[in-house]
Amino acid sequence: MSLDSTAKKPNWFSRLAHPGEFLRWSGPWILPLSLLTALLFAIGLWLAFFVSPGETENVGTTLRIIYMHVPNAWLSQFVYGVMAVAALGTLVWRHPLADVANKAAAPLGAAFTALALFTGALWGRPTWGTFWEWDGRMTSTLVLLLIYLGIIALWRAFDDQLRAGRIAAIVTLVGAVNIPIVKFSVDWWQTLHQGSSVLVTGGPRMAPTILWSLAVMMLAFTLLFLVLHIVSIRTEILRRRATSLARQAAMGADA
Amino acid sequence: MSGFSALVARDIRLAFRAGGEAFTLVVFFVMIAVVAPFAIGPDKVLLARLAPGLVWIAALLSMLLGLDRLFRADAEDGSLLLLRHAGLPLEAVVAAKLIAHWLVTALPLIVATPLLAVLLSMDPAMWGATVLSLACGTPALVAFGAIGAAVTVGLPRGGVLAAVLIAPLSIPVVIFGVGAIAGQQAGSALLLLLALSLVTCAVSPFAAALALRTGEE
Repeated sequence: MSLDSTAKKPNWFSRLAHPGEFLRWSGPWILPLSLLTALLFAIGLWLAFFVSPGETENVGTTLRIIYMHVPNAWLSQFVYGVMAVAALGTLVWRHPLADVANKAAAPLGAAFTALALFTGALWGRPTWGTFWEWDGRMTSTLVLLLIYLGIIALWRAFDDQLRAGRIAAIVTLVGAVNIPIVKFSVDWWQTLHQGSSVLVTGGPRMAPTILWSLAVMMLAFTLLFLVLHIVSIRTEILRRRATSLARQAAMGADA
Repeated sequence: MSGFSALVARDIRLAFRAGGEAFTLVVFFVMIAVVAPFAIGPDKVLLARLAPGLVWIAALLSMLLGLDRLFRADAEDGSLLLLRHAGLPLEAVVAAKLIAHWLVTALPLIVATPLLAVLLSMDPAMWGATVLSLACGTPALVAFGAIGAAVTVGLPRGGVLAAVLIAPLSIPVVIFGVGAIAGQQAGSALLLLLALSLVTCAVSPFAAALALRTGEE
């Protein structure tokens, strides 16, 4: 497994592409990134519980749910974006790690989407008086969850992981039409879910302390995804290696 | 006769000669309209109100059920491999199969709608709107379905998986389809439905052909 030390140092793209290289350089990053994530969560939760005003005039202490809801909802779309880029990597550049990245991200995306829907339901009950409403954004987020589940099912259905990667990439790109629908649903169908309130002309429509707590929580959740993604990519690489070793051993036993 | 129309004719002939699955699908479509009143209760006013939704659910389920025959038989007996290396581009092959598939699975459903109109106590105006909405919307279902069928053709039992992958994408078709029958802005819903069908029919042959190519490698 040792690389020839006199060989030219590979550039960053092939360092990202070679599974063994990826295992080597990503290993030392996991612990610092995890610690940073934990630190950001600590700061974010402290801000959310003790600094940000809990008792605004109309929503009361349920406001604190948004510190879980918004980051999960953001990640439900961001993870799909990552998967779509990975799908392009598989189909266009035949990048050897792109399909692994797609496979590793799908369950994470499904989990974040499910959490976004769950926290949204918890928010909806006291504020709107209902757990669920067939509102544009909720429905399109539910569709997003179904697409994630379909992609996971697709990955599990194939034995040949190389073929599964290309097929899953195509499905990921076809399913990507839903992402703009989720994003703009609140502007197209103004039913129940509130509209955009951060990136709007005239500045954010919320108090600065709330905005800051939210920003820290979103960063913490994004880093959490990054760490989990790297770890599950590593797991998948090792799993594939173990499978091929088992196959080689079985062939050796035959001979 | 060009290769394209020969392929369409071949697929239609095959559908009527082998197994008669097209007819079974129509029976299934009507069956849903027979079962629904037992589940909901034979209240005519209620049935007429639910009819647009029921018709579209029946159409969606029948189309999902019929998906598997789109590429599977050709992939199993090797003719898909031959078609890939024939003069016609694979995209055109998929487009031809889409047209044939629509003619043998969707058109019979539309022909069978008078039966559903009676069973679900629709008035003639609503029946007319149903025919129009199904005619404009089913091409989109076929187009989405082709992607699902192409993606799962390499799997021994891909039928259920194709349905699970395609059903969420078909939601907009159902929304605008039902809207075109009974919505407040039926006209614009119909136009959106038509737009959806045109766009998906234009894109789907390329996506499905890509999936067929990469699946075979």
